[in-house]
Amino acid sequence: MQVGVRSRRAKALSAAWGYANIVPFAAFALFPFYFMVITSFKNDAELYNLKAVPFLIQTGVITDHYEYLFFKTEFWTWMKNSFIISVVSTSVSLVIATLAGYSLARLRFPGVNAFGTAVFITYLVPPTLLFLPLSQVVVWLGISDTIWALIVTYPTFLVPFSTWLLMGYFRTIPREVEECALVDGASRMQTLTRIVLPMAIPGIVCVILFGFTLTWNEFTYALTFISQTQNKTVVVGVTADLIRGDIYYWGSLMAGAVLASVPIVAIYVFFLDYYVSGLTAGAVKG
Amino acid sequence: MAVGPRALEAAGVPRLGSLARVREWWEREDVFGYGLILPALLLIVCLVAYPFGMAIYFSLSDYWVGSPGEFIGLKNFQDIVRWDVFQRTVWNSFFFTFCAVVLKTVLGVWLAMLLFRTFKFKRLIRGAVLLPWVLPTALSMLAWWWMFDSLYSVVNWTGIRLGLITAPGPNWLGVTEYAMAAVIAVNVWRGLPFFAIIVLAGLVSIPREYYEAAEVDGATAWGRFRHVTIPLLKPVLAVVILFSTIFTFSDFNIVQVLTRGGPVNTTHLFATLAYQQGLVGGNLGQGAAISLFLFPGLAAVVFFQLRYIRRD
Repeated sequence: MQVGVRSRRAKALSAAWGYANIVPFAAFALFPFYFMVITSFKNDAELYNLKAVPFLIQTGVITDHYEYLFFKTEFWTWMKNSFIISVVSTSVSLVIATLAGYSLARLRFPGVNAFGTAVFITYLVPPTLLFLPLSQVVVWLGISDTIWALIVTYPTFLVPFSTWLLMGYFRTIPREVEECALVDGASRMQTLTRIVLPMAIPGIVCVILFGFTLTWNEFTYALTFISQTQNKTVVVGVTADLIRGDIYYWGSLMAGAVLASVPIVAIYVFFLDYYVSGLTAGAVKG
Repeated sequence: MAVGPRALEAAGVPRLGSLARVREWWEREDVFGYGLILPALLLIVCLVAYPFGMAIYFSLSDYWVGSPGEFIGLKNFQDIVRWDVFQRTVWNSFFFTFCAVVLKTVLGVWLAMLLFRTFKFKRLIRGAVLLPWVLPTALSMLAWWWMFDSLYSVVNWTGIRLGLITAPGPNWLGVTEYAMAAVIAVNVWRGLPFFAIIVLAGLVSIPREYYEAAEVDGATAWGRFRHVTIPLLKPVLAVVILFSTIFTFSDFNIVQVLTRGGPVNTTHLFATLAYQQGLVGGNLGQGAAISLFLFPGLAAVVFFQLRYIRRD
């Protein structure tokens, strides 16, 4: 690059141009969350005052909306449900996907390519294609309207996605390492658990992060399979159960949306780089 | 058979018990391979392939919630094709997908090129830009819903103060055209980070020498973009556009929370109409028929993926 030729002025101009362009994008991306937070701390009088500036809190920060959420709704039950569902279905999917991913990426047996293709196709099937028949399957299994309906069905999109992601990571591990272990008398299972898995830790972290995020955020199945308030996930609970009649209580709705997003934001802030690398490696559902 | 092991034992070779034999069998590469893939395969067969078959069966029967129906051939399809709400939904789905994907592609490439420059706070900016993709869509839709409120819309408030729109401003979610525009805008908001991050990865992989060579040849910034960046981004763009098309086409959350298909069923997509008809209305047969319209698009994309993209 001809950096030396460029004058300082041109460089500064170019930087300014860059910022001038990126700021609108960042503002567009962030504004809804900013507005969510602002709304959740505003009192109703100001919220529904057409003359007030909506971007600011002018008449004092209040926590009434949060108190309402904590003491008058099933909010913590929903949070607990979401947590259990996400943790269990992510763990189960991780185990199934690790086994399948290793097998598809590393072992040679007849039909391995066909299985790989099948996993890839399943990975592309959108949940909205299957929610109607699955809603009947969970009725037949007797788990309709319980959190088990989601624990059982979430692996249908998590496993193909995680398998696909892990296959990529397993392929980067040199074959020689495994062959050495096998020659030294380790069983295949020991080779997988003691040699390969420790080397695929970044992939596993990615699967856990994406699994937790996708299940926590899932809406279609959670809305469809569960109707009892105390069994809902937090995303559906806040979206569907905080609206009473035709009146929208925007303050408490936004408070619920903020709090239900907190776990995801917290994870996201700590593991941003994993999200970026996972996304690039093919974690594209959604 | 009975003599073999004993003879071996006599020769000082440890006897192979049945457990050991199973263990040895398990060590075979093909057996181990099939064994590891079995749980995933069972899951896919029972909870993906079988329900998919059921969806096809539902669509060919008059199956209602709670009452298994009878086979009625293509009647459901004939009914929905003649239904004006469905016709509108077909148009909506294509219009929505086309507009959203085009906007996401153009803005996504632009955003990726911006992110590629060196900035202070690079991580912070990247984090901010990616956020809409990470947060629960249904919840961020609540925020958008509030921002498009018929009376207290912050979008209108800003527009009026800036003199861009006349008071009281459009009723965003209450008028079909505005509602469609709002839904597309929100889909772009939500899908843009995905585009930008993937395209950014593509940009990073373009060798710097190409740009230097183009610069030496006197290419302008536009020329470099047109003749270096775009051709080299093509494979990445193909993947990202195909993926995005599938997920935009089958979108449920945005329309379901923002408009519920309203006003008067004019903003439905296949998924939301299938939900309304199949579960809210209880007509599983028709609902399944509607959701199966997602399938041809999906099949085409899978075909392209397998045919052209996974080759490299």
